[in-house]
Amino acid sequence: MGLKEKMHEIKLKYQGKKMAPAFNAFHTFLFTPNETTHSGGHIRAVDDLKRTMNTVILALLPCLLFGIFNAGYQHYSAVNGFPENFSLLEHFITWDNFWLGAITVLPLVIVSYGVGLLVEFIFAVIKGHEVEEGYLVTGMLVPLIVPVDTPLWMLAVAVVFGVVIGKEVFGGTGMNILNPALTIRAFLFFAYPTWMTGDKVWVHEGVQRAGTADAISGETILGYLAQGNSEAMYAKYDLSEMFFGFIPGSVGETSTFLILLGGLFLIFTKIASWRIMLSAVLGSLVMGLIFNAVIDFGWIPEYSKFYGLMQFAYWKHLIVGGLAFGIVYMATDPVTGSQTNRGKWFYGFFIGFISVMIRVFNPGYPEGVFLAILLMNVFAPTIDHYVVQGNVRKRLKRLKNATILPDTVDGATAELKAETV
Amino acid sequence: MSKAIRIKKGLNINLVGAAEQITLQAVSSNVYAINLNDFHGITPKMLIKEGHEVKAGEPLFYNKNREDMLFVSPVSGELVEISRGARRRILTLKILADKEQQYHESKPIDLGKADGAEVRAALLKYGCWPFIKQRPYDVIANPDKTPKAIFISAYGTAPLAANPDYILQGKEQELQAAITALGKLTPGKVHVVVGKDSDSPFTAIEGVTLHKISGPHPAGLVGTQINRIDPINKGEIVWTLSPQDLIIIGEFLLTGRFNAQRTIALAGSCVKAPKYYTTKIGAEVSTFLYASGVKEEKFRLVNGDVLTGQKIKPDGHLGFYNNTVAAIPEGDDYEFFGWNKPVFNKISSTRALTFSWMNPKKKYDLDTNTNGEHRAFVVTGRYEEVFPLDIYPLQLLKACMVKDLEEMEQLGLYEVAPEDFALTEFICISKQPHQQIIREGLDLLHQEIG
Repeated sequence: MGLKEKMHEIKLKYQGKKMAPAFNAFHTFLFTPNETTHSGGHIRAVDDLKRTMNTVILALLPCLLFGIFNAGYQHYSAVNGFPENFSLLEHFITWDNFWLGAITVLPLVIVSYGVGLLVEFIFAVIKGHEVEEGYLVTGMLVPLIVPVDTPLWMLAVAVVFGVVIGKEVFGGTGMNILNPALTIRAFLFFAYPTWMTGDKVWVHEGVQRAGTADAISGETILGYLAQGNSEAMYAKYDLSEMFFGFIPGSVGETSTFLILLGGLFLIFTKIASWRIMLSAVLGSLVMGLIFNAVIDFGWIPEYSKFYGLMQFAYWKHLIVGGLAFGIVYMATDPVTGSQTNRGKWFYGFFIGFISVMIRVFNPGYPEGVFLAILLMNVFAPTIDHYVVQGNVRKRLKRLKNATILPDTVDGATAELKAETV
Repeated sequence: MSKAIRIKKGLNINLVGAAEQITLQAVSSNVYAINLNDFHGITPKMLIKEGHEVKAGEPLFYNKNREDMLFVSPVSGELVEISRGARRRILTLKILADKEQQYHESKPIDLGKADGAEVRAALLKYGCWPFIKQRPYDVIANPDKTPKAIFISAYGTAPLAANPDYILQGKEQELQAAITALGKLTPGKVHVVVGKDSDSPFTAIEGVTLHKISGPHPAGLVGTQINRIDPINKGEIVWTLSPQDLIIIGEFLLTGRFNAQRTIALAGSCVKAPKYYTTKIGAEVSTFLYASGVKEEKFRLVNGDVLTGQKIKPDGHLGFYNNTVAAIPEGDDYEFFGWNKPVFNKISSTRALTFSWMNPKKKYDLDTNTNGEHRAFVVTGRYEEVFPLDIYPLQLLKACMVKDLEEMEQLGLYEVAPEDFALTEFICISKQPHQQIIREGLDLLHQEIG
């Protein structure tokens, strides 16, 4: 084991130096450190933050792979027309799709990780703390929640903004108020709206070809609905395509099936909170049902621009757009979410509820998950406050029956002939 | 009459090397030591100088803030060394034991007649008081206060810890005397908690409120039991004692002698033949450690159980409150890709490619490696699964870290001791020092509010 000893020597050499965190980040990536317990208990469980983050990344990998194939599939289908009698192996898992997807999606991943980790390393070296693992997940989430053709420089700018303003100014991993990945997404959305919305951005080359004879379009399901084109949408995509994800959208968000598997994996491994996921699903269903009821009562005329999205069956909201992805991978971020178990129910519920609400009422962009989660990030401490106050009140109530006994007053202190040394 | 308590939340840490239920007499130690760190918050004032002879049970020093609280020598011999640290703080006292032990005799207490004040004065004067600890603050009890109740846990769930039922066998007389005496010190109840199916000698003792508890660790911690039976409110005081110390108190009451003899468990995967030993408080650990033999050269010796004890060297001495000495492997080695490969040989509270959930009965050989680096609190909801108290652990820890006295009070810091956070510390993904955080929080609260 030459490598182990060599790394150990370099570690000792760099100890206390400015660049130590940068080296240690690589070192602890290769080897779990030789640190032993020196306070409190003498043994520790095996889980650490790296393993936790790694588990989330494992749950994201299927979405990334699917996103790569889907990027190619959507492009070729938009150019050549969607295949009749779709077959998974013949039309989806092909080298062409993979290659096109790889050259469009992997640069996003590389830029996201490269820029984000660079910022993390710089902050770690300046502030003299270890490089923390939070960005490992953020860096994987970011490429999955942007349109496939997002220019790399835009992504780089957004990542710098998100990591610095969203996280580092608060003190780094564990201290941030807003989900960094969503901060990056929100920055892109508000700074470069033309690259984030519309019917051209979701398919590779959609923007370049716009206005030419070869123009292609890849409207999202929600886009169709927002424009009231329900028939056109149903003609193009059926339910199973929506569920399995053969539809246009951000890179990794389309396959509800794989997201569901990822979510179940995260619940099974106890890494993500099932309370948040379940309550968010409930919240979105409730809001969807309310909208459906409004339509059933006939309060909204058919020509209303909200009609298309409002009449969309309540449970279908979960299988289109970014709602499922947001619920499983973003709402469950423990740092920015509610920290109490009871609070998580409220937190998750309102994420689902508000997501569908924004989705329906947002005139420019028919999606609201990221805004709903950011909004609830801000309210999570408030929710926790009220939950914790419940415990405090219970303790105060108990205090009324406290048996506080008077001091003993015999004071018969033994005579002491103390010979103090 | 006993009441059943069932603890659901928690985690049993099954380790290799539990002590076999055979008790051997340890060879007597040449030198005995009293470690002043055992008495948290006590400022000692010496009563004798180096070179003086003492008898077993004769006072060595007293509490500076409470002059009638005496601390006595466990053996008779010569006080050979007072080692001091920074600012001349006394760290340890070493006593070279006589071949023939002599006892500092006093009159046995007539428990039929004695009242509370008499018992209290005797316990203070003859060195038995320090066995009584109080909550809030987890310090030696303040004799001026009257506790609303006294709690004794005779159920051991900590990993590798001595089995109370076993070490208390045949000590009914002493236990009865101690319980009778303690009953005079409180107008409330003396609660004793035993395991559900235990044959504890406490079942035959009069004057106790017996509870039967079942469930994983920390069901055996007195803090868990208090929280279930009669939680502490602001302003209230409860006292807690370990059952093995009741034997010393009881024997003192019956005979007038302070006999520091104690049965301890020597356990851990680095011990060749883990067994119970009869020895005395302050005895050198090597007197029994090498009788059982050690397996590896690099091991960590823990004075107490592996979740709450202190690190000592083989020439260290048995602590004042401990009934367990454990030896586990030192884990100061790197592990290649230890953070992402599947793990089968270590305990985990998740299932993130860790497989201890598949076989909860399996015994593990854990070392002292932290298995990761210290981080800020990130993950939530994990502590609650192993923390059965009606308290928000994460929030309380954070309140202690930011020194928010009001919040510390409101969230229930009065009810806990550092040991109650040993399990959350064990599973902590951010490797935060929970026990230290709680200890500092308690000290701050004690100092500011008193």
